[in-house]
Amino acid sequence: MSERTRRERMKLDPVEMPERSADSRRTDFGEVNEGYTAELAMAEAERCLFCARPTCVEGCPVGVDIVNFVHRVEAGEFEEAAAVISADNSLPAVCGRVCPQETQCEGACGLAKKGKAIHIGHLERFVADYARDHDHAPAPVPSPTGKRVAIVGSGPSGIACASDLVGLGHEVTVFEALHEVGGVLAYGIPEFRLPKSIVAAEMDQLRARGVRFETNAVIGMVDTVDDLLSVEGYDAVFIGVGAGLPRFLNVPGENLIGVFSASEFLTRVNLMRAYVEDSDTALIEVEGKAVVVFGAGNTAMDAARTAVRLDAASVTIAYRRSREEMPARTEELDHAEAEGVRFETLVGPVELHGDDDGRLTGVMLQKMILGEPDADGRRSPVPVPEQIREIPVDVAIVAIGNTPNPLLLRATPDLEQSKWGTVVVDHDTGQTSKPGVFAGGDIVTGGATVILAMGAGRRAAAAIGEFLGSSAELEEELL
Amino acid sequence: MNTIVESRPVASEITLLRIAAPKIARKHRAGQFVMVRVAEVGERIPLTIADSDPEAGTITIVVQAVGKTTEMLTSLGVGDEILDLAGPLGTPSEVEDFGTVIVVGGGVGTAVSYPTAVALSKAGNSVISIIGGRSQENLFFEDELAAVSTELHVCTDDGSAGRRGLVTDALADVLAATTVDRVLCAGPVVMMEAVAEVTRPYDVPTVASLNPIMVDGTGMCGGCRVSVDGTNYFACLDGPDFDAHLVDFPLLAQRNRAYVDFEAKRREAMQPCAAVSVDVEAAT
Repeated sequence: MSERTRRERMKLDPVEMPERSADSRRTDFGEVNEGYTAELAMAEAERCLFCARPTCVEGCPVGVDIVNFVHRVEAGEFEEAAAVISADNSLPAVCGRVCPQETQCEGACGLAKKGKAIHIGHLERFVADYARDHDHAPAPVPSPTGKRVAIVGSGPSGIACASDLVGLGHEVTVFEALHEVGGVLAYGIPEFRLPKSIVAAEMDQLRARGVRFETNAVIGMVDTVDDLLSVEGYDAVFIGVGAGLPRFLNVPGENLIGVFSASEFLTRVNLMRAYVEDSDTALIEVEGKAVVVFGAGNTAMDAARTAVRLDAASVTIAYRRSREEMPARTEELDHAEAEGVRFETLVGPVELHGDDDGRLTGVMLQKMILGEPDADGRRSPVPVPEQIREIPVDVAIVAIGNTPNPLLLRATPDLEQSKWGTVVVDHDTGQTSKPGVFAGGDIVTGGATVILAMGAGRRAAAAIGEFLGSSAELEEELL
Repeated sequence: MNTIVESRPVASEITLLRIAAPKIARKHRAGQFVMVRVAEVGERIPLTIADSDPEAGTITIVVQAVGKTTEMLTSLGVGDEILDLAGPLGTPSEVEDFGTVIVVGGGVGTAVSYPTAVALSKAGNSVISIIGGRSQENLFFEDELAAVSTELHVCTDDGSAGRRGLVTDALADVLAATTVDRVLCAGPVVMMEAVAEVTRPYDVPTVASLNPIMVDGTGMCGGCRVSVDGTNYFACLDGPDFDAHLVDFPLLAQRNRAYVDFEAKRREAMQPCAAVSVDVEAAT
């Protein structure tokens, strides 16, 4: 650690993330953030005050030893920093890019009040990228326990769970319904925010540690959870299938051509590479068109910024509440705005209009004002009578969230579900109502974040580890 | 994985592929489909499982070459592998002993109605099959259907096989002469809509196997939403079978035309000299 005093450190200015200019990046799908250099990372780390009570760690859903890793970065010990992060986070290169740091570690940083929180996410990203670029050896795995775990879903919760279980010496197979692994990291989050190569590298690390992936495996339709346990001989199952059922607006005209769920729009572009010239997956014409996105979460920003890159004439975020209530990460809002996305707040779609061929032409927007806070504490939008106007629109993208996908749950009737269709689990262990079956991520919480899903996957992995340990002991006793 | 063990033309531009897929074969029920992808830049398309043999570990799909992906599929031979094959997907057709059922298949839709005819026959129903196509060379599965049916009615537009006319002509005649407990149809949207109108006055429960455009086939994208009695359903999860008397067929037809221009361009790019005719409805 440099000899700077606490006072001196506090005077240092934050080191901002170098990013491509808005003009340059809005024409392609290349990553927007360019990443810290070693010098920038060390300079940013130098601002850390190494608080006696590190509130940042408390703010991290998976409890990464942030102070320790930042300390290593400051000392230029990047490999060591990577090892510190990896102990708690199986996807650091991903989390460094997509976590809502401002409401987690950085929000809890002692310097946050001054608006100068340490850029922990940027540092995490730097460390993870450094380790990958320097062939950081995958974490070692212990000798096999002989226990087999099936993980359903290769998104953040499943991957985190797989990583920890293979680290305990269990044999892990991850089943993915689509043809590509990664879940929302593959089909949802666009290339310019999370390059596919980063996800692929993380998956390769897991493969190197012995995790098996089976794609095109729609659990519930091909093997059921019961099949996995009784026919395929798995000792435990983790369900991390996400909240993969898009919500729609439920307004007239929603079935017009040109109206998509954000999942469909993003899947066509990200997973199916519809933006690549020779892709066989069709995409509605976006170039030169007026695009509106309903919703203001990260997915809405992803869809809006994707439309910008497909050369839309205009891209508008239409949101029922005000800017303050927008749930997206601050960085996504800033990036979207810099790239020319227009924010229209306090409006809600009430009807979509189309032409004789059933193609979208316009949307009727209802003016809203903010009323009383709802159950979440957010102020609810209230329609202002007789204030409805129509705006011309060619493409509308609905990004108002997802509900649990019933496909696997329908085939597992003895799994207790909530009235929202989520799986009921013990929060600390992910244990479901079915012995040997655990769950975590969006299928339990409803649509949330990558990091929360990973945290749930890790808690479940620990519980599965204990469950398998005790069942192993039991078997030994029986012998 | 997904090795083709049999490939043969069954009608003009229609190819039958039998694929080694033991797990799917074991779980398949009539009415279900698979999602198929044939190339790295390829699209995912739904294809109905026309038949399955759990012992041999194979499933059968029947493919009409109407777009780039289906053309690539039909050009595959024995020993070739299908890059991605996921299923079985969709809710199986309702199968019980209804009594007398009519199963209508139009064009490549016969591959969709066939497995349900088999299942209904096994369940004890008296199955009356009606199939139709433009011409004799467009028909297939006549023998297979005859084997599970008490009656088989063949209709062609040009009269080259069976009666000259539409499947709905034969359907109307059968309904006028026989008490029927249920009708199931699969084929082009206009045909299914016409079937629904023919059976409506008889108040016969009528089921249509819908064929909307899909991306993932697992409920994730909502692109396959169809309107039934004013409510939206996802055909991949809740279907593909729906009450034909309540389906908004014009909407389905409209949505299936969303990418006609794109499809034409793709096919042109693949075969610059070939005449381009796009029938988006025939893909399922």
